[in-house]
Order: sequence, then C-alpha cells, then structure tokens
Amino acid sequence: MNPKKAIALNKKKQRQKLIEIGIVLGLVFIFAVILPILLPGFRLRLLGRILSLSIVALGIDLIWGYTGLLSLGHGIFFALGGYGLAMHLKLQLPDGQLPEFFTLYGVRELPWFWYPFYSFPVTIMAVIVIPGIVAGLLGYLVFRNRIKGVYFSIITQAALLVFFNFFNGQQKLINGTNGLKTDTETIFGMLASSDLAQKTFYIITVIALVVVYYLCRLLTSGRFGRLLVAIRDDETRVRFSGYDPTGYKVLVFAISGAIAGIAGALYTVQTGIITPKFMEVPFSIEMVIWVAVGGRATLIGAIIGTLLVRLGQTFLSESFPEVWLFFQGALFLIVVTVLPDGIVGWWRDFAWNKLRHILGLQKRIITYPSLEENPEVIQEKAELEEN
Amino acid sequence: MNKVLEIENLTVNFDGFKALNNLNFSMDSGELRVIIGPNGAGKTTFLDVITGKVQPTQGRVLFKGRNLKKIPEYKIARMGIGRKFQTPRVYLNLTVRENLDLVCNHNKNVFSTLFNRPKSGEIRTVAGLLETIGLEAKAESPAALLSHGEKQRLEIGMLVAQSPDLLLVDEPAAGLTDEETENVGALILSLAEAHSIIAIEHDMEFVRQIAKNKVTVLHQGSVLCEGKMDEVQNDPRVIEVYLGKAPE
Amino acid sequence: MSVLIEGLFNGISIGSVLLIAALGLAIVFGLMGVINLAHGELMMLGAYSTFVVQNVFKPWGEPWFSFYIVVAIPIAFMVAAIAGLVLERGVIRFLYGRPLETLLATWGVSLILRQFVRSVNWLLVICVAVFCLLFFAGMTFLSRRSDWERIRNWTLAILLPLSAAIAVATGFLMSKVPVLTKAWFSARNVDVTAPSWLRGGVKVLGFQMPYARLFIIALTIICLVAVYWFLNRSTWGLRIRAVTQNRAMSSCLGIPTAKVDALTFAIGSGLAGVAGCAVSLLGSVGPNTGQNYIVDTFMVVVVGGVGNLFGAIFAGLGIGIVNYLIGSGTLALMFSSIEALKPLVDFLLFFATSSMAKVMVFVLIIGFLQVKPAGLFPQKGRNVEL
Repeated sequence: MNPKKAIALNKKKQRQKLIEIGIVLGLVFIFAVILPILLPGFRLRLLGRILSLSIVALGIDLIWGYTGLLSLGHGIFFALGGYGLAMHLKLQLPDGQLPEFFTLYGVRELPWFWYPFYSFPVTIMAVIVIPGIVAGLLGYLVFRNRIKGVYFSIITQAALLVFFNFFNGQQKLINGTNGLKTDTETIFGMLASSDLAQKTFYIITVIALVVVYYLCRLLTSGRFGRLLVAIRDDETRVRFSGYDPTGYKVLVFAISGAIAGIAGALYTVQTGIITPKFMEVPFSIEMVIWVAVGGRATLIGAIIGTLLVRLGQTFLSESFPEVWLFFQGALFLIVVTVLPDGIVGWWRDFAWNKLRHILGLQKRIITYPSLEENPEVIQEKAELEEN
Repeated sequence: MNKVLEIENLTVNFDGFKALNNLNFSMDSGELRVIIGPNGAGKTTFLDVITGKVQPTQGRVLFKGRNLKKIPEYKIARMGIGRKFQTPRVYLNLTVRENLDLVCNHNKNVFSTLFNRPKSGEIRTVAGLLETIGLEAKAESPAALLSHGEKQRLEIGMLVAQSPDLLLVDEPAAGLTDEETENVGALILSLAEAHSIIAIEHDMEFVRQIAKNKVTVLHQGSVLCEGKMDEVQNDPRVIEVYLGKAPE
Repeated sequence: MSVLIEGLFNGISIGSVLLIAALGLAIVFGLMGVINLAHGELMMLGAYSTFVVQNVFKPWGEPWFSFYIVVAIPIAFMVAAIAGLVLERGVIRFLYGRPLETLLATWGVSLILRQFVRSVNWLLVICVAVFCLLFFAGMTFLSRRSDWERIRNWTLAILLPLSAAIAVATGFLMSKVPVLTKAWFSARNVDVTAPSWLRGGVKVLGFQMPYARLFIIALTIICLVAVYWFLNRSTWGLRIRAVTQNRAMSSCLGIPTAKVDALTFAIGSGLAGVAGCAVSLLGSVGPNTGQNYIVDTFMVVVVGGVGNLFGAIFAGLGIGIVNYLIGSGTLALMFSSIEALKPLVDFLLFFATSSMAKVMVFVLIIGFLQVKPAGLFPQKGRNVEL
C-alpha cells in the first residue's frame, strides 16, 4: 500500500470516528436530557427499565454473537446483581434493626452474607463482581471439559432453574418467593420510588449503557475480539494455533455475567422489587431474542433489538394480553428463519444496497465479481501506470 | 544428528478398533518426510496423536526428547508443532491479515492478548508472510472470499507465522489444480529449508515433487516400509496394499 | 432397610418418567443434533389427548371407562407425532446445521403451543383451518406454473397476508357465536382420573406400591423394548442408525435422509406424547406441565451421552433415584442414627425438599461432567469433534 493511500485511509477512519462520537453524544443528549423533560414519570421509568435490559443484551451479544456461546441462564447473573442492590436498600435501617420480613420467619440474627451489603461501595463492587465470579466459575467448570454448543445452552438453563429453586425456597435467608421490595426503601436518605431518585437511576442507566457499550467495543475490536470470532468459527483451529480457548471463554463469560449484574441492579431499582421470577426460564430466553432481532455480532443491534421488542411487548401486551404469547412465539420463529442476521444485518447486507440502488448510487462491492475491481488487477494497473 | 520426533510402540485403540498398531517412527531435525498409505491406514490419527488431539492407548511420543503425554493441544502447539488440516481451516470471518496476525501473536495468554497492542516486529512478520504466500493484494478481504487454493496458501502461511520447529501438513494438494499444486509444492520445499516437515499426501505426482529424502508407508496402523521414493515404489508389499495381490 | 427399598422404588418410578420423556429427546438429539425445547409441550399435548379420550369414554360408563388408557396411549402417541412431524417439516428442516437457532425456534413453538391449549376454541381452529386451506392450496396451485421460481417471493408476499387477513376476518365475523368462542380447556389445570384398576396399590415389605407408578414403570419398559427393537431390527431403524453415523454417506447410498429425519422426529415426538399420557396419571395437567419436566429430561440426555440407549437408561434412573433419596430426606434419615455423621445429616436435611434436591442433583451432575464430559457412553473415533 502506498503512503498516500494509507494517509487517505487514516483520515477517512478518523472522520468516521468523529461522526460516530457525534452520533453517540447526540443520542446520549436526547436520552439523558430531552426525554426526561418530555416523558411523564412512569413512562420514563419504563424506558429506564428497557435501557437497563439492553445492557444485558450487550452482554449476551458479547458471548453469543461474537464467541458463539448461547447462554440461556443469564437471568442468574441479572438477578444476582438485582439482589445485591436490593439487599443494600433493605439494610437502610437504624442500628440493630432487621429488615421486617425476617421477623415473619422468626429470624433474630442477620444471615452472615448480608453484612457486607451495609456499605454502599462494597455493594456496588458486589453487584459487578459476584455475578462475574459465579459466571466465571460455572464457565470454567463447563468449558474446561470442552462442553459447548447446545450442551452448554441446556446446562446454563439447568443452572438457571437451580438458582431459581434456591432463591425461591430460602425464605429465611432471602425472603423466598416474595422477593425484596425496594420501592419503599431509602437510598442516601431518598425514597427509592421518589421522582428524583428514579430520574437519577434513569440517568445512571443511560451512562452505564454508554460505558458498557464502549467496553464491549473495546473487547470486540483488536486481537482479543478477533480471537473471540475465531473461537466461534473454529475452536479446534484456535487450539492448534497455540491458544487455550478455555481461558478466553471463561473471561468473556464472566464479563458478560458482570454486565448482566449491573443491568439487573439498575432494572431492580426501576421496577421496585426483585423476586426469583427474574430467574424464570422464559425471561432468560427472551433476552437472547432481543439480540437476535437486532442482529448478532453487532453491538448496536443488541440495543436496537431490545428497545424494539420491549416497546412492542409493552404496547401489544397492554392491548391484547392473550395473543402476546402467540406474537412472541412467532417472533422467535420469524427471526430465526427469515432474518437470521437481525435487523442490523438485514440493513447492512440488503436494504442499504437496495436504497443506494433506488437512489441511483453505485452498489457497494463486497466481493469483486468483475476484473476491474479485483485488487490484484488494480494494483498491477497502478504499477504499470507508474512506470 | 538429533531427532526432532521419536515415536515408540504407539497404539491407539478406539473401542477395539486399532487405528494405530505398535507404530515406531523417528525423524531427524530438518528433514522433510512424506507419509503415504491407503485410506484407513491411520495417517490422520497419527497426526492427531502427535498434536495431542488423541491420547495414545500405549507407547509414547517424544518431541525434541520431551514426552508429549497428557500435554494439552495448545501447549504442544506452543512447544513448536504446527498443523495444517486436510480441508483448509482458516477463520472465514476474519480478513487475511487478521488471520495471520492472530497466529503471529507471541504471547498467547488471555490478558496479554487483551491489553498488548501488536508489536512492530509482528506487524512486519505478517507483511512479509503476505508476500511469501502471494496474498498481499487480498490482505484486507475476508478469508471467506478466497478460492480453495488461496485458502490452502493462507493456512500454510498461518503455520509458518506460528514459527514451529515441526510442521505437520495433511494433504496440502487435495482439491487443487495442477498449477496450484505446483505452487504449494514449491512453497513446502522452500519451507523445508528452515523447518522439519511431515507431509501426508495421496497425489503421487506431488509426492515425487517434494520427496527428496525418505518416504514412509503406513498400512493398517503400522509402518509398512521406509526408504527413498524409488525404493518404496518398487517394493512388492507397497504395490500389494495399494493395488491388491496380483492374481496367481 | 424397607425405607431404602421404598426410596429406591419411588426413585425408579420418578426415573422412569424422566426416562420415557428423555427417550424421544435422546433419539432426536442423537440423529440430528437438535435439542427440541418444545419437547415438554409435546408431552403436554399427549397429556391433553389423554384427557380428551377420558372425557369421550366417560359417558359410556364401566366397563369401557376402565380401558380408556389403553386407547389413550396410541392416540397420545399419534397426536404428538403429528405435531412433531409438522414442526419438523415446517421449521426444523430449514435449520439443520444451526443447532442454536433451532433451540430458539423450538422455544418459539413451545410458547405458541402453550398459549394454544390455553385459548383453543372452535373459532381458533376454524381460523387456522381457513388460513392453511387458502395459503397452502394457493401455494400448491401456483407452484405448478412454469415460472414458479421467478414469482415465488411475490406469491409469498401476497398470499401470506391475504390468507391471514381472510382468516382473521372470518374470525371476527363468527366471534359472536358463543359456542365457537368457548375455550376447550381454559388456562386452568385439568384432571385425568386414573381408571379404577390403576388406583390403590399393592403392599410389599410394609410399604405401598401404587399401581399407577407400577404401570408407568411397565410402560417405560415396553417403550424401551419397542424402541430398541425398532432401531436394531427394522429396516427403517437400520436407516436411522446409518444416518446417525454418517449422513453424507447414507445419502449417497440412496437412503432418503429427509424422510429419515421426519420419521425420527415424529417417533421422538410420539414418545413424548406417551410420556405425557404417563404424566397425566400422576397429577393434574396444565399448559405448563411440560416445563416441569423439560430441564430434568435434558439432564438425562447430557449425562447419558449421545447415541446410546443404555446411557439414557442409567442416567434417567440414576437421576431419579438420587433426586428422590435426597429430596425426601431418606438419605438424611438413614444416617441420622449415627452420631458421628451429624454434620452430614444437617447438610442433607438442608437439601431435603424437592426443589432443593434439584440444586444438589445439579451440583452432582456438574461434578460428574468433570470426570466424564461426554456422558456415560461417549462416542470414540476420529470423527468425534473435540
């Protein structure tokens, strides 16, 4: 490649980067500043919930879209994050008092694992680290034995069921089926359901989404990201090239779990309660379909997919509650069979070209069907002209 | 001369079927050895054992004097054994340059891959390799768009990027045109100057092109005979296993 | 001692339910590498068919009513098999080689089936029938044209919404008729009464063996023998095994692989139907019945390994027995007399509920997979993808 061309390419890249940063900043401005003014409180709360769900979707895209690991158990990590923050809120009490549900079961002393959650910084750490560690451990035990594909999926599903059973059955530890209510608790002296608190949660959600998005960008570009794609495409080859895929998979699964934990915590405070229901099987599979709708292996697709599906669900299930399940089932079928690359993939591979074609612009070349566009031919031509 | 690879009494048993049966083999470092043998002779299993994909039931494999028993594949690869598969296996969704860059990475730990940027030396190696395998012009296009022969060349390039001491090449000429076969043959010969190579091949034309030294014939999981190409070709036992017994 | 035997018996009876449910799944997974998340819903269809058959027999009174179960089993098999066939031809066939997508698609089907039994009424059936009639008749008619390839996408784009619109319009027109809009089953659970000869039980060694459980064990054994015979002694079984071993080669040898796939899937689904029939004897049946069994069933397949019936048998019975021994507290009870084992007993008591037993079983399964990652009877050879 000659230096002139390289500089031109570099400039183009820089310009693209600037445009992208502009778009992201604009979106953040709309979501963080304009929408809170325009939308009534309960709608904003809904939007905040959806945005926090799109954070999990990013985590799932990271492992499914890029690394090819389909987890049907992300509800575990989501709920762990939620429980962490909810426990902190439950402990906003005068000294020596226990959260009221304990008295119902005759528990006098706070279970040991509640103590760290008195401290806010520790809670924030725990919300991220605990789901990450649980995911990493589960991942290690499974990946180490080269269990993958559908086996991995159904093992994560079984793990989900197990966690559900555990949280559901342990009234004396974590209030069982009833879950932990956060709406009536205070955080920093503020009622968690008050408008100000909710608005703050919303803004934090928007910021967290941007941060997580850039984290995922960082992970999926560069060598690490390319290695994830390589693992997805041909794991055996990766091994024979001298990489140990297990470590990479464990790390990326743990990161994905930690992301789900953050999302769960944000979702919980904007819902007002966390119960073991967050770990039901359908919810975790639903998370996967958000990614599929938006488009796998495109981070922006995960966010778009979540927004579309959740908004659609809100309106449809409000107006036709019985048929919603039919719609959802059909959505799974349609996305998998007709739109395997999701909306973003469809736009990139098909609609964009079609649009350019209609506007009379040249078709973008993905391969080089004609001689004039073959890079080898172009290079030779350029060399001939130079001489 | 020191041995790069020694194999002693190797047996691999798949539920009663002996894919390899009491096989003994050794080669000097710097040698280019061609292995031939009819279908089901155990050629691919032989490579599987060396690279650690299959564990031997009996016997041992010594690479530069070290026993490879129970060492995982990726560590064997890091010790310096590179393998090319029967059908080209490259990462279809990555570009040619990215394919080479991944293998070229010197420190393959998780965290150094995550945090370290590619070194300038590695970038130069990749550029040099692109030239060697003749895919400079297509460096930025995804590997999925390459032709079969280009994929073969890319995979051999990836092997070299790994800078192994021993290259295992499984049927590099399969499915190539005559011209491409010759290119690949020349590539292997030029690699043989700096590496030890084991090549498995069916195409006798090609074997004749590359087999300057010894040829090993495998049959039913053990070594049938070994020697120069001409000797092997005229060995009655070899003719028998390839063509069947001549009618009396 | 009798405690242990009772525990074993109950464990085996739980295990046999798991086994009969897992049998179909294991066959399908072995052949096509497809995990069918709608398997539980096919069980549910079998259970509902049993319920319908029972209601048909009810007015005839005894002695006919006693034998409804004999009729219900083949009908449950047929209903589930047909549903499975439609599922394979309609969806899964397009997704071979993409197991993770198949997982999601079958989940979609399972959602639809669950909602279907909740809201099924004559109106819905009529609408679906109208849609199928218009759409498929139109497609068949137009596919005879010579320029079919060219107009196919347009036909789809026009025919699909058109027939859907007509079907919905029909639905709206007839929605005033109350007979048509009455739901068949409603969302509540329905109860299948076991025939009189399956009620009660036999007393052995001081504990009660319920006939219903014995019947399920017998049914499982019959199914196992039938499947074993079918796979190993019949022509189609031979073909199925051939395709399981090497799909490309079988296809070259003239085995109709598409037909083999469809047949296998239908049989696997049919077995789910039989399992549903068995399950209906144990308790009430609802739209979510399948979900209660599905994860345990998957675990049987994971532990048993692919392509071996014996693996499924050992895994099913093993999981069933361990589950019961821990969940019922039998294990804790056995050790309770020994003072030195107090901590162990406390530990076991912590897991001595049916839901906590699942936690323990899962931990054991994960531990088991550390030793034998490919299940009890792993496949060996060069073709095994590591």
